[in-house]
Amino acid sequence: MAEPMGFFTDTSVCIGCKACEVACKAWNQLPARNGGKVQLSGMSYDNTVSLSGIQWRHVKFIEDFTPDRSTGRWLMMSDVCKHCVRAACLEACPTGAIIRTEFDTVVIQQDVCNGCRACVSACPFGVIEINPETNTAMKCTLCYDRLQAGLVPACAQACPTQSIQFGPLSELRQRAQQRLEQLHAQGVTQARLYGHDESILGGLNSFYLLLDEPEKYGLPSNPQLPSTRVPAAAALSTATAVVLGLLGLVGLRKQRMDQLAAAAKQGNDGE
Amino acid sequence: MPDTFYTVSPHWGWYAVVEFFVAGLAGTSAGIAALLWLFSRNRDDRLVARWGFGIAMVGSVLSGLLLIADLKRPDRFWHMLLFSETLLPTFLKWWSVMALGAWALFVFGGTSFLIFVGSLAEAGRLPRGLAFLGREPIGTILAFVAGLAGTFYAGYKGVLLNATNRPLWGNTVWLGALFFASGMAAACVLLLLITRRRAPATSAWLGQLLFGALGVTLVVALGLLFSLQGSVLRLVLGNVYGVILALTLVFGVLLPLILTWRPQLLGRYAIPSLAVLVLAGAFLLRVAVILSSEAA
Repeated sequence: MAEPMGFFTDTSVCIGCKACEVACKAWNQLPARNGGKVQLSGMSYDNTVSLSGIQWRHVKFIEDFTPDRSTGRWLMMSDVCKHCVRAACLEACPTGAIIRTEFDTVVIQQDVCNGCRACVSACPFGVIEINPETNTAMKCTLCYDRLQAGLVPACAQACPTQSIQFGPLSELRQRAQQRLEQLHAQGVTQARLYGHDESILGGLNSFYLLLDEPEKYGLPSNPQLPSTRVPAAAALSTATAVVLGLLGLVGLRKQRMDQLAAAAKQGNDGE
Repeated sequence: MPDTFYTVSPHWGWYAVVEFFVAGLAGTSAGIAALLWLFSRNRDDRLVARWGFGIAMVGSVLSGLLLIADLKRPDRFWHMLLFSETLLPTFLKWWSVMALGAWALFVFGGTSFLIFVGSLAEAGRLPRGLAFLGREPIGTILAFVAGLAGTFYAGYKGVLLNATNRPLWGNTVWLGALFFASGMAAACVLLLLITRRRAPATSAWLGQLLFGALGVTLVVALGLLFSLQGSVLRLVLGNVYGVILALTLVFGVLLPLILTWRPQLLGRYAIPSLAVLVLAGAFLLRVAVILSSEAA
C-alpha cells in the first residue's frame, strides 16, 4: 500500500477565489448547477451553497459580524470530503461501491453504486449527494485518477495561496502543527486543528486549520459513526419482539388450556 | 448544536414511508402466522396463519418493488444482494445494516411465499402435491424462517434509521422497537378485521396481542421522546410533523388501546373502527418520523 495521502486545508490563507471549485469541476467534468444559469443564493458571495453530487469542492464564505456590523471578519474555507479513517459512508454502503484505495482515500465506484443513498444519510459532514446526471452518489475522489498517475489533485494544484496542501499525511500533520504554533505565537489564539488526530472518526485524511470553533464553519465538533448505535437499537428491537412473542405464546397456551377445560367439562356433563 | 444537524437528507420520502409501513405490517404478520403455525393445531389458528403468510408474501413483494423503484439506479437493484464484481452475497458485509436488510427481505419473501403455497395446498386450495411445503418438517422450517426473517425485517427498518446521522433518526436508539411494536399492532388488527367471522376462536388471542402491541408502542414512543434532546425536538418536531405525531399517539395508539380494552364501547363497529385507527396510526407514525427528519 502506498503512503496515506490527504489534504491539509489552512483556512487562514484562503482568499475565497474558488479556483479549487473550478479546477475540480473542470478535471472531473462535473456539470454546472441550474443548467449553467446564474442563480444568486443571497448568502454572501457563496452561490455554490453546499457540497453536492456535482460540487465536490465548496468554498464557504462565513460573515462573522457583530449585529450592528461595526466590526467583523470573513472566514473562508474550502470544504471537501474528509476521507475519514473510520468512514461512515464506507460502512453503510450495502453494495460495496465505496472502497478505500491504496492511498487510504475513500472513493465511490460509479459502476457499482445503485443510488440507495445509505451513504448520504450516514455521512456526518453532509458531503455525499446524488449526481442527477448519473443518478449515483458522488463526492470528491481526491483525484484518484491523478494520484495513480503521480499527479497532485486538481484543487491543490490550482490553489494560489497554498491553502489546500496535498501530500503524505505524516508530512502534512507536521506542517499543520508548525503553522498552528506560528499563528498562536502571532496571537491568533483561537486557531486550532480539526481532524488531524484520531479523536474525530479515527482521523480525517482531509483535515483543517480553523480560526474559530468548528461549528462556525458548519463542521460538527464530535461527529459520530452511526454504526455505534446499531447494537443498542437492535437489542431494544429484539427485546420488543421477545416480549410480544412471549405474550403471544402465553395467550396460545391459555387458549389451549381453556379449550381442554371446556372439553373436559363437556365430557363430565355428558356422563 | 447536536452533531446530526450537519448532515444532508437522503430524500427517501414517500416511497420510504409506504415501504416502512408495508414492511412493518408484512414482517410482523409473518411473525404472528409463524407463532400460530408452529404452536397450534387449531383449525381457526391455521386459517389466521394462512392469512398471515399471505399478507407477508404480498407485503414482501410490494416492499421489494417499492425499494427497487426508490433506487436512483433501479437497473442495479441486484447489487443489493450480490457484489457486482465477485457475485458473492452482500450479507458478507454484515456491518452494513442495509445489506442485511436486503437479504432479510429476500429470505422473508421467499419463505413466506413457500409456506403460503403449502398452507393453501393443505387447505385444498392448491394441488395436494404442494402440501409438503406446509407439513413437517419442511413446513415447520419454512414457518420458522419466515417468522424470524419477517420479525427481523419489521424491526430492521427502525434500526436502519438509527444507523444514520440524521436529526432524530441518529439521536435515538428506539426506532426499531417503535416500528416493530406499531407494525405488530397493524398486523393484528388487519388479521382481526379479515378473519373475525371465520376464525372467532383466534380473535380473542389476536385482541390480546393487539392490546399488548399498542401498549408497547405507547411505552416505546414515550421512551423515544424522552431520549431526544430539546434542540432535536424543536428542530424536527416543532412543526406540523410534531402535531401529526401527537395526534397519532392519541388517536392511533391511545384511543385504540382503550377500545381494545373496552370493545363494548363501540359495539359491532369496534373492530372496523379499531382497524381504521390503528392502520392509519401506524402509517402516520412513519410519516411523522421519516418526513420530519427529511425536512429538517
